[in-house]
Amino acid sequence: MRNFGGKALFLDRSDINTDEIIPAKYLTEVSKEALGPHLLEDLSLEGFDPKEDIKGKQVIVSRSNFGCGSSREHAPWALEVNGIHMVIAESFARIFRQNMFNCGMLAIELPSESIDRIFNEFLSPEASVYADLEKSVLKISGREGKEAEIAFLISEFDRALVEAGGWVEYADANY
Amino acid sequence: MGKTVAEKIFDVHLVDNPAGDMCVLGLDEVFCHEITTPVAINDLVRRGKDRVFDASRIKAVIDHVSPAKDSKTALQGKILRDWARRHNIENFFDIGRNGVCHALFPEHGFVRPGYTIIMGDSHTCTYGAFGAFAAGVGTTDLEVGILKGVCAFRRPGTIKIEITGSLPEGVYAKDVILSIIGRLGVSGATDRVIEFAGPVVEKMSMESRMTLCNMAVEAGGTSGICYPDMTTVDYLRPFIKDEFNTRREAMDYYSRFLPDQDAGYEKSLEIDVSALAPQVTYGYKPDNVTPVSEMEGTPVDQVYIGSCTNGRIEDLRVAADVLSGRRISDSLRGIVSPATPGAYRKAMEEGIIETFMDAGFCVANPTCGACLGMSCGVIAEGEVCASTTNRNFYGRMGKGGMVHLMSPATAAATAVAGHITNSSLYKDQNPE
Ligand code: SF4
Repeated sequence: MRNFGGKALFLDRSDINTDEIIPAKYLTEVSKEALGPHLLEDLSLEGFDPKEDIKGKQVIVSRSNFGCGSSREHAPWALEVNGIHMVIAESFARIFRQNMFNCGMLAIELPSESIDRIFNEFLSPEASVYADLEKSVLKISGREGKEAEIAFLISEFDRALVEAGGWVEYADANY
Repeated sequence: MGKTVAEKIFDVHLVDNPAGDMCVLGLDEVFCHEITTPVAINDLVRRGKDRVFDASRIKAVIDHVSPAKDSKTALQGKILRDWARRHNIENFFDIGRNGVCHALFPEHGFVRPGYTIIMGDSHTCTYGAFGAFAAGVGTTDLEVGILKGVCAFRRPGTIKIEITGSLPEGVYAKDVILSIIGRLGVSGATDRVIEFAGPVVEKMSMESRMTLCNMAVEAGGTSGICYPDMTTVDYLRPFIKDEFNTRREAMDYYSRFLPDQDAGYEKSLEIDVSALAPQVTYGYKPDNVTPVSEMEGTPVDQVYIGSCTNGRIEDLRVAADVLSGRRISDSLRGIVSPATPGAYRKAMEEGIIETFMDAGFCVANPTCGACLGMSCGVIAEGEVCASTTNRNFYGRMGKGGMVHLMSPATAAATAVAGHITNSSLYKDQNPE
């Protein structure tokens, strides 16, 4: 199974939609790689610089209703080709969440207190988050050796999709 | 406890129950367009699984950018076209026969009560107007749908919205759904189905019901659903004549997808629309909704009438009524894109196209185009578009642009006035 985790990109806003994650004008691309440079290009978030801030990040931490709007799977692909395989948020739009697991990636929902805690205690360029899928815990580390573990829940089915490497393989094997 | 519409449809289509509330459903229809399908096709080819589960249950259309605007969009069309030919997909709507998917497919009778339908497009929820469970999905779900004819969903809870009273003049399904989204919020129905019921919905045409269901996803909903009734049967009549001898027979059959009296709803709301005013959005989220009167006078650079929300013949009629004998303001430009060739033809026969042209509108061909800022009416940075579409996200119709969502009547009145205004202002005035 893929390892999930790495440096975290904090996007402190709710309702980040898929048009912001990857603008419609790039939907003319028929390869995932071509989406890479345009990730979060249109995100409206004070002080956010897509060019600089995405570099080296492997995890996104955000607020509620992440990935709402258009069904475009280009959104998770744009994350994937940038090496971001995990998004942690208070909640997700249904299609985006399903798309993540369908691609064998992780969309982890945490209660708002836990999200608040991650933002309050760990927001820094050094912060990193790793998912231990076996134990269902997130290991978070930040500045000056600060660490925390937060448990998470994913359904058996979502876990099976991640293990199978996505829905295509799973469905073709099972139906 | 009784069952909701979605629960009844799930029961009939359940193929597997892999874990907890996850249900794998058999699909009646898989719809495809040229933006999200080519990547699925390429991936199937790459995996050595270039197959389709049932060519007769797959429908495909080129609609988002039509005709192609550049080499990349031409390639997307080509991938879809070649694939449709290779697999003998008879219902492939190429340039010339094509229109906006969610307006086109119902027009051809492809959507029926009780159906399960997926498409790689978030506004697939539109088809719920026919009492179907129809959900937008991503490309991987689409890919599996094409290959295996199945899709996995969590068993959804249902929110029932009873729409009561009667719609005032100048107030339409679009105003109703905008006000509902304003009330629920953009994630108020996430992972839920919304059942739209009540006397106002019963009186609505299929076109209006589609407008209503179309925007369920803007509140996060998986599908909007209206109950099949005689209006549904009459709309479908030309397509189901061989299946059912009488209208009554059809209705009896479709009745099994009506909810039980004691169905379990997560939430029930009653909304009386008798005093509802025309609505408009003001920000970058579809739940930023306010009465048009609050935005009166807001300058606009472009008016766009079209899309899967409001590009049907009924919408064109409403707009033409306001425009008749008038000219749009010199301070803006107007674009109308009838959503399908059928709507275009009817509009031509009824003189509606002439009305639009006389008013100074640019009449574009059926396509999504401007709705998602891809072609045929993209706005410039800092510009404002008054639009009958369904999304006002930042940059949706062009980078740095602002979109105000509204009904066709409000859009037409706005075009005449040159700024956002209420269509009733034009109601009893004679055109100069
Ligand atoms: S008209 Fe707009 S919302 Fe409807 S399918 Fe086309 S792009 Fe999507």
